[in-house]
Amino acid sequence: MIFCGTAWKVGDHVDTDAIIPARHLVTTDPEVLARYCFEDLDPTLAARIRPGDILVAGENFGQGSSREHAPIAIKAAGIACVVARSYARIFYRNAFNIGLPLLECPDLHAATESGDRLSVDNATGRIVNETRGTTHTAAPLPEFMRQLIAAGGIIEYVRRQVSGRKVGT
Amino acid sequence: MGMTLTEKILAAHAGVERVRPGDLIDARVDFCFANDITGPLAFREFERIGLPAVFDRERVALVPDHYAPSKDIASAEQCKTMREFAHKYDIAHYYEVGRAGVGHVMLAEMGLVLPGEVFVGADSHTCTHGALGAFSTGVGSSDLAAVMATGRLWFRVPETLRFVFRGRPAPWVTGKDLVLHVIGDIGVDGARYCAMEFAGEALGHLTMGERFSITNMAIEAGAKNGIMEPDAAVLDWVAPRARRPFAPVFADSDAEYAAVREYDTSQMEPVVAVPSSPGIVVPVGFAAGVPVDQCFIGTCTNGRIEDLRVAARILAGRVVHPRTRLLVIPATPAIYRQAMEEGLIRVFLDAGAVVGAPTCGPCLGGHMGVLASGEVCVSTSSRNFVGRMGHRDSRVYLSGPAVAAATAVMGRLAHPDEVLS
Repeated sequence: MIFCGTAWKVGDHVDTDAIIPARHLVTTDPEVLARYCFEDLDPTLAARIRPGDILVAGENFGQGSSREHAPIAIKAAGIACVVARSYARIFYRNAFNIGLPLLECPDLHAATESGDRLSVDNATGRIVNETRGTTHTAAPLPEFMRQLIAAGGIIEYVRRQVSGRKVGT
Repeated sequence: MGMTLTEKILAAHAGVERVRPGDLIDARVDFCFANDITGPLAFREFERIGLPAVFDRERVALVPDHYAPSKDIASAEQCKTMREFAHKYDIAHYYEVGRAGVGHVMLAEMGLVLPGEVFVGADSHTCTHGALGAFSTGVGSSDLAAVMATGRLWFRVPETLRFVFRGRPAPWVTGKDLVLHVIGDIGVDGARYCAMEFAGEALGHLTMGERFSITNMAIEAGAKNGIMEPDAAVLDWVAPRARRPFAPVFADSDAEYAAVREYDTSQMEPVVAVPSSPGIVVPVGFAAGVPVDQCFIGTCTNGRIEDLRVAARILAGRVVHPRTRLLVIPATPAIYRQAMEEGLIRVFLDAGAVVGAPTCGPCLGGHMGVLASGEVCVSTSSRNFVGRMGHRDSRVYLSGPAVAAATAVMGRLAHPDEVLS
């Protein structure tokens, strides 16, 4: 799948409190969570994101809480795909589980500014910064993660396992 | 080459002879839990799977602790979702307010997480239970739903980093200081995707509460789990509590570690993490003098009876500074009762502290101690990210209970010696 959109750049170690502050965790409604996404980092950012845009992050993106509300808020805000230098572990799992594609790329962050046009090929890892004319390569996804995505996330994966078991017995 | 403690537990639960770092495995899970924030999302996903029951009603806990007792209608609705799910699926370990405490502290206290087991929780501080010699890790709500359905989950076997604490900890140096020291040393992503295994003779000088403080904060270095080999002290603590038979697991003597770091705890000082990262760690003396509006002693990091005893030792016969407020929140009803019987609650009240019902509230800026703009808090919790405890312009310093109590008395960040000398 190829994503084309405007880049929004954030820094290193962006934490889950910055992605969605705990004061808003009294709801699970994605639209409400989207409104407050990045509120304490940049209160104007969520309103500027358009559907299909791409988030470009630095090191250790998503550090902190296990709150799945964080990737849900990012996805519901309109972000099609995140490209970071690296991710925090629980956030990485959560994003795949809810169907927010993540790519790891060492050099895109330094070569990109907010507002640049990007195209990201999720399958090959090829990323083009159309504004600056640079090309970058993201690390390929592990085979198991590709299977999880193909299955539609962890819940669909488990659904298939469970229904397969029923058929078998 | 042998296996580390984490590798051995994971191999046993995956039903294989051995695992190596990087392996993707499907492992059996012994116990799982969710709280009132992560639960509602997990319940929705569990219902999508479409099973009539959870994998084992005795091996699922639902603990309303973050926004409980409820602070508003929205949080009451979330707690209600929890209550209804527990009833519908006949969950054995659901605890109503009054019998519920901070999940991580309560589940260990009740003997529901045991040495050698695999435990997952929809809460990042689930790594706390590694102090018992369990593989214990935080996951999101969807993963938790998958576990509730199948009793299994996939894991990538982590590399193990070994941290050896030498010597006898210097005066006022507690487990919290040891782990802050390590995070300051390796950074907030220094153990990303790894197991942090803690060892060394210094652990033998720590209380169980202090050991839990150490594994609790492994996530703040990005780790998948924190873990310690269960020694005699751990097994003595667990034995009278255990709800199930258990078999402690120990690392092979020729286990392979990705890295080993050693620390001389006799040379350490009490430290604080300064705003706004658990990785910016300095000796208390470097930050002493900063005026403080609020001190908070509690949470899954430092709300245990040992922590309250340390605080009471400093507060006995003293009062909280007029410009500062002190919140003390025992982590569970059992700890609250113990503190009352030992006279600690009276010490806190006499000092002018407010003593709250067990809740995670203040730690995440949820309720009971939310900070206004510009306010400074010294907290015994585990995170001091921007806006963590309230307004984005408030600031949080992380410390152990002795420093938090001393700071409350002085009204400014202070070393315990300033109060006791």
